Amino acid sequence: MTVRPTADFDTAIDAAVSIGRITKKFGDVVAVDNISLDIVDGEFFALLGPSGCGKTTTLRMIAGLEFPTEGSLKIFGEEVGMLPPNKRPVNTVFQNYALFPHMSVIQNVGFGLKMNGVAKSEVADRAAEALEMVRLGGLANRRPSQLSGGQQQRVALARALVNRPKVLLLDEPLGALDLKLRQEMQEELKGLQRELGITFVFVTHDQEEALTMSDRIGIMHEGKLLQVGSPEQIYEKPSNRFVADFIGNTNLLEGTVQDAETVCLANGARISVASDHPAGTAVAVSLRPERAVIGKHESSGNGQTSVNGVIRSVTYLGNAVVYQVELDWMTLEAREENRTSVTRREPGQRVSISWNPQDVAVVAE
Amino acid sequence: MTQVLSHPEEVTPEFEKDAARAQSRRGFLMALPTFVYLGLFFVLPFLIVIVYSFATRNRFGGTDLSGWNFEAYRKLGDSVVRDILFRSIWLALITTIICLVLAYPFAYFIATRRPAVRNLMLVFVMIPFWSNFLVRNYAWRVLLGNDGPVSQLSEVLGLGETRVLFTPVAVVLGLVYGFLPFMILPLYAAIERIDLRLMEASRDLYASGWQSFRRVLLPLSMPGVIAGSILVFVPSLGAYVTPEILGGAKTTLLGSYIVTQFLTARNWPVGASLSFVLMAVMLAATLVYFRKGGRTL
Repeated sequence: MTVRPTADFDTAIDAAVSIGRITKKFGDVVAVDNISLDIVDGEFFALLGPSGCGKTTTLRMIAGLEFPTEGSLKIFGEEVGMLPPNKRPVNTVFQNYALFPHMSVIQNVGFGLKMNGVAKSEVADRAAEALEMVRLGGLANRRPSQLSGGQQQRVALARALVNRPKVLLLDEPLGALDLKLRQEMQEELKGLQRELGITFVFVTHDQEEALTMSDRIGIMHEGKLLQVGSPEQIYEKPSNRFVADFIGNTNLLEGTVQDAETVCLANGARISVASDHPAGTAVAVSLRPERAVIGKHESSGNGQTSVNGVIRSVTYLGNAVVYQVELDWMTLEAREENRTSVTRREPGQRVSISWNPQDVAVVAE
Repeated sequence: MTQVLSHPEEVTPEFEKDAARAQSRRGFLMALPTFVYLGLFFVLPFLIVIVYSFATRNRFGGTDLSGWNFEAYRKLGDSVVRDILFRSIWLALITTIICLVLAYPFAYFIATRRPAVRNLMLVFVMIPFWSNFLVRNYAWRVLLGNDGPVSQLSEVLGLGETRVLFTPVAVVLGLVYGFLPFMILPLYAAIERIDLRLMEASRDLYASGWQSFRRVLLPLSMPGVIAGSILVFVPSLGAYVTPEILGGAKTTLLGSYIVTQFLTARNWPVGASLSFVLMAVMLAATLVYFRKGGRTL
């Protein structure tokens, strides 16, 4: 295996991690398919995608636990693609925490320092300090098996951060925690990251987690990196159909691009929406349920920013009400916040669904 | 499942206790045949051996069961017996170490394969058991003999004639061959249950490959190391067949010596006392193992 440096790949000067056209194959299976990505120093970056999309493989390549089949991998400008994990300035918080069961909590935390040849007294001090940082100072002499899931999670975090890595890699670190704890840890992780200023690369399949925690998100699917952007960009302006569908709920109205301003829907209705796809491209118009405005049925609808339909079902969620609205050719989902000012609608009621032109996005395959 | 003795109005602590007692009684009944078997054919003969070890050999080679004394045990201090004892321990130790060094990488290799390959390799490990231990030892005798394949090969290679048969080397070779599976299997069982992601974690925390082995894999597989070592050391120490067939007159080991005491020298008390000491040592070793976290057996 050799890693060919890609000469024409520009490394951003302040890139903490710079991935250049990396491909990883396991036998015939392409796990990561030619992805390029710069992760900026000090940012909280999430790799998001369904299971098997290649996000964990990508993270493992940064960690050195897998070697790329092809491509360039730089950490702060230094090519590390073929270095073993112990030679890289990164540390990982593993999905299952991977705490050493035969060592105490403090021994776990001090392990990396010890292996790095740090003096004994300094190991003890820094390990204790790291445990204080994650508020587990009192549990130093326990075994990992005597800790709760949340506590084990914090030990794993301390064990990685105590080494002052240039990049911290987190592989679905909150997956095993229950909802309440997960939300707490999300806050805590975000706080730690801000405080320490270390670049965090976070792998998750939980889009809400990615949206709430990250500065930027990279969406992966079937080994490809589909879109990189801020949570807002990803949610508001998905670059393709998969991203639109994967992030949040959305309605995809099938159609064809007619010109730069118009998309012709499957039922023949022409709606005004800007797109940069060439005329004739099969696209879908993505309309988020919470952006769909339910109004009075209009005899014709204006055709351009609204469609007519019948309410089929009403689902009460507590903080919101979700309506399934049947159109001639598909069913739409619309969501209304549960405010007292909002009148509840009944199944069978004829309504119109309308939207602001800037609230919809046109996505191709 | 709890057997309902009589249906009570409500469950009381007494009723619960009765049910538990009935359950434990049933378990005992099922284990009874084995208890009886072990008692008759293991515990009882062992007690007889102990009794004989305190008896006296009479002039005609018989044993007098009167006049108890420690004479037989005192004889174990003789230099002849001591040499045999040390030689046996030494050979058993070497055998154990060689088995450990050979088996560990192999067990790790099996444990890290996918399940189908794993099972196939475990079958390979156990294939030698399909033929008789005695037969396999004779096979080694043929292999190592004067005109055997090993000797012929070394002559072809210009290394000259080899004289391995009837030396301690042949004995160790035979013992390693015979007991290697007893090292591989517990090691495999121990390594197989270790979460190998821990090795990745240690590499991620700046440990080299060797350090990961030394600090993570080895300590976590210790139950397997101890179990395998005992399973090899104990039978090697008392080995009889292999030293008889592959060893020479100068490599008498404990097993052979005990047999000689009973059958040739007709000194049952010495044979019995040596057997007892050997058993005690093995028992002690086994107890140490169970104390030190014997989770694999």
